Amino acid sequence: MIVVSLLFYLFSFIMIASAFMVILSRNPVHSVLFLILCFFNSAGIFLILGAEFLAFILVIVYVGAVAVLFLFVVMMLDVEFKSISSSVISYLPIGMTIGVIVLAELMLVLFTWRRNYSVTDNLGSSNDSQFSNTETIGLVLYTDNILFFQLAGLILLASMIGAIVLTVNHRPSAKRQDINKQVERDAESSIENIDIKPGSGI
Amino acid sequence: MDNLFTMYLYPAAIIAVKSVFLISSLLITIAFLLLADRKIWAAVQMRRGPNVVGAFGLLQSFADLLKFVLKEVIIPTKADKFVFLLAPFVTTVFAISAWAVIPFDSGIVLADINIGVLYILAISSLGVYGIIMGGWASNSKYPFLGALRSAAQMVSYEVSIGFVIITVILLSGSLNLSDIVNAQSGDYGLLNWYFIPLFPMFVVFFISALAETNRPPFDLPEAESELVAGFMVEYSSTPYLMFMLGEYVSIVLMCAFATILFLGGWHAPLPILEFIPGFFWFAIKVCFMFFMFAMVKAMVPRYRYDQLMRLGWKVFLPLSLVMVAATATFVVFFK
Repeated sequence: MIVVSLLFYLFSFIMIASAFMVILSRNPVHSVLFLILCFFNSAGIFLILGAEFLAFILVIVYVGAVAVLFLFVVMMLDVEFKSISSSVISYLPIGMTIGVIVLAELMLVLFTWRRNYSVTDNLGSSNDSQFSNTETIGLVLYTDNILFFQLAGLILLASMIGAIVLTVNHRPSAKRQDINKQVERDAESSIENIDIKPGSGI
Repeated sequence: MDNLFTMYLYPAAIIAVKSVFLISSLLITIAFLLLADRKIWAAVQMRRGPNVVGAFGLLQSFADLLKFVLKEVIIPTKADKFVFLLAPFVTTVFAISAWAVIPFDSGIVLADINIGVLYILAISSLGVYGIIMGGWASNSKYPFLGALRSAAQMVSYEVSIGFVIITVILLSGSLNLSDIVNAQSGDYGLLNWYFIPLFPMFVVFFISALAETNRPPFDLPEAESELVAGFMVEYSSTPYLMFMLGEYVSIVLMCAFATILFLGGWHAPLPILEFIPGFFWFAIKVCFMFFMFAMVKAMVPRYRYDQLMRLGWKVFLPLSLVMVAATATFVVFFK
């Protein structure tokens, strides 16, 4: 078991260190890269717990999709790094307030927390169960918690429609390419032969 | 102490030896597949292709390797040095590590994990980071545009690849790659493979795999007529070699993945031929898929960027969603 513990401390140390680097690094792109490293190590901790399905879903969703979009946006912002460091002071009060509130909440959770063995032991599929990790999650998600699952789906659908409504714009003046029209074009419909008499023009 | 040795060190050493064997044989195979790619390309254009180094140019890839390694690494002055050099490593390491779960024959697999499909999906979705990091760290316009194109392209086509994989999982009932292959075995050989019931999905997977690996006709991140060489403009020598290597490793990975999902993995096409070792069939199928990739590269003109996005989101996504629903209905009511 000592190797497992060592791995756990390795993953959690890198995770916490990279989480610090997310807020400490000057360059926003480096921040996102450290965030990705952080996600990776949390996936590693899930693997140690035996929750391999959660680990890979974390990598696919957060690292493979969400962080790519973060990186996409951050790379396109042309940020002056010096201006960030000078404006840190002006953001300090509100940042401190949020930090204190989060810290207080964490303390409240930490002091009232008892380890719930039924949760941590069942995170990976338990040894006596005949189902694999993936099947266990599916069985819980689609039976006991089907209502919450459907609600979450509805919320995501609503936000997706909201995002589409916000970004779509129908400017009639905008020139769009219609592939069907392009394919249908042939010489007969697009070329016209005109006999021009000299000196008269079309 | 004895316990430590038998429980951890000994298995770790065995896995290390197996991994080294897998990686070295994979890289040698890829050296010849790269030559095959160039030869096929040349044959379609009625050229001879590389034919100077070794008999029929067989050693061309090794000559290229030597040349790349011996050249000077040039790093642009204003580049982000660490990220610039990290990017090719990320590409190559992720591409190679996906091979850990590929079963070459019944039982011959480095890591026979329960969710091999998810592992490949996760690792192949990370390949985009090498390209984005390389494009950004070069601190230059063409690489940056190439990186942006590639990020949008790979994220779009991953969605349809995911849905294609779901249809296969629905039919086979497992996320384990060996189980998926075994679900395609039967008395009818070739007719049991999933490319027959899921033929539209096979086509969608093939085209999405082309887009996912930035192969022509979807090689817009490195379209030379528009972006010089895309995200690879500033790279030279060994880092460039690693980008190319990672690209080809992931192309062959996609060929192997298609073989496992749709072409019955190591099973023989006719039941009479089962006496030939499974690894042979697996290799033949992967080579066939690679031949298709190479022919597409040689024959099809490059897509325009809006056509690429339209194909991904407006054609493949609805098609694969309908197929997921249809397959699920079939599995629930008729199986």
